[in-house]
Amino acid sequence: MFVRMSAAIAALSLLSSAALAQGAKPTDPQIAHIAYTAGVIDIAAAKQALAKGSNKEVKSFAQDMVRDHEAVNKQALDLVKKLNVTPEDNDTSKTLSKQAADKLSELGKLKGAEFDKAYVANEVAYHKAVNGALETLLIPSASNAELKSLLQTGLKIFQGHQQHAEQVAAATK
Amino acid sequence: MMPRHYLPIVATLTFGAIAVPAHAATVQIVMENLVISPAEVSARAGDTIEWINKDIFAHTATARNGDFDVTIPPNKTATSVLGKPGTVEYYCRFHPNMKAVLTVAP
Repeated sequence: MFVRMSAAIAALSLLSSAALAQGAKPTDPQIAHIAYTAGVIDIAAAKQALAKGSNKEVKSFAQDMVRDHEAVNKQALDLVKKLNVTPEDNDTSKTLSKQAADKLSELGKLKGAEFDKAYVANEVAYHKAVNGALETLLIPSASNAELKSLLQTGLKIFQGHQQHAEQVAAATK
Repeated sequence: MMPRHYLPIVATLTFGAIAVPAHAATVQIVMENLVISPAEVSARAGDTIEWINKDIFAHTATARNGDFDVTIPPNKTATSVLGKPGTVEYYCRFHPNMKAVLTVAP
């Protein structure tokens, strides 16, 4: 299970190294789009867990993910509106979405405790990858101060999510 | 028969006992950037806690011993009145990393 690391996670890891190697920084409209997409992906995963999950702790974790990621994404939408910035679709966002869709269908085939474990394991890995991309690429590349600050708030809460996911993973072993 | 000069003392003691509950205070506890501050607070039974959430996320103040469970919506303040004395560890159910301690004196 763990060997088959989610493709979306691999994409995020590649994003950091490839972009840094080329010295190509994503622009603010691209960063906003990537961050928003990453949130949408986790909300979709959580909704699947609410529908298919069996463990109480897993479901309440999923509920937390929906609540927090919707809050961050709402804030992000308000910010881009205020700054008059149109989020710009890009290859990273596209790859993330495509691979998240694959992951959803892969998890969709699992049931019960098997699903719970796979969902939580992916949540740990996904948040780790998102946090890595935020820290090494998205936050340093953001030029608008308010966008940078929102990404920093995001990083703080997603680090909490990663730890929370690790605790749930340990409890559902 | 009680000697006359003892009466004022009796009156003072009685008044003192009645007056104590009137001193209930309001204590503010702030949740900001996923941190509860102050992390340790002392208050008295009957005091009101003002839970101030400055985050864009909903938080809860949930006592591990079940004494209270307050939900505070984003950028809102909730209040609760402290009940029985004791030291209560509490946390946010949505963000279990947020932890703090409340000591309630009688």
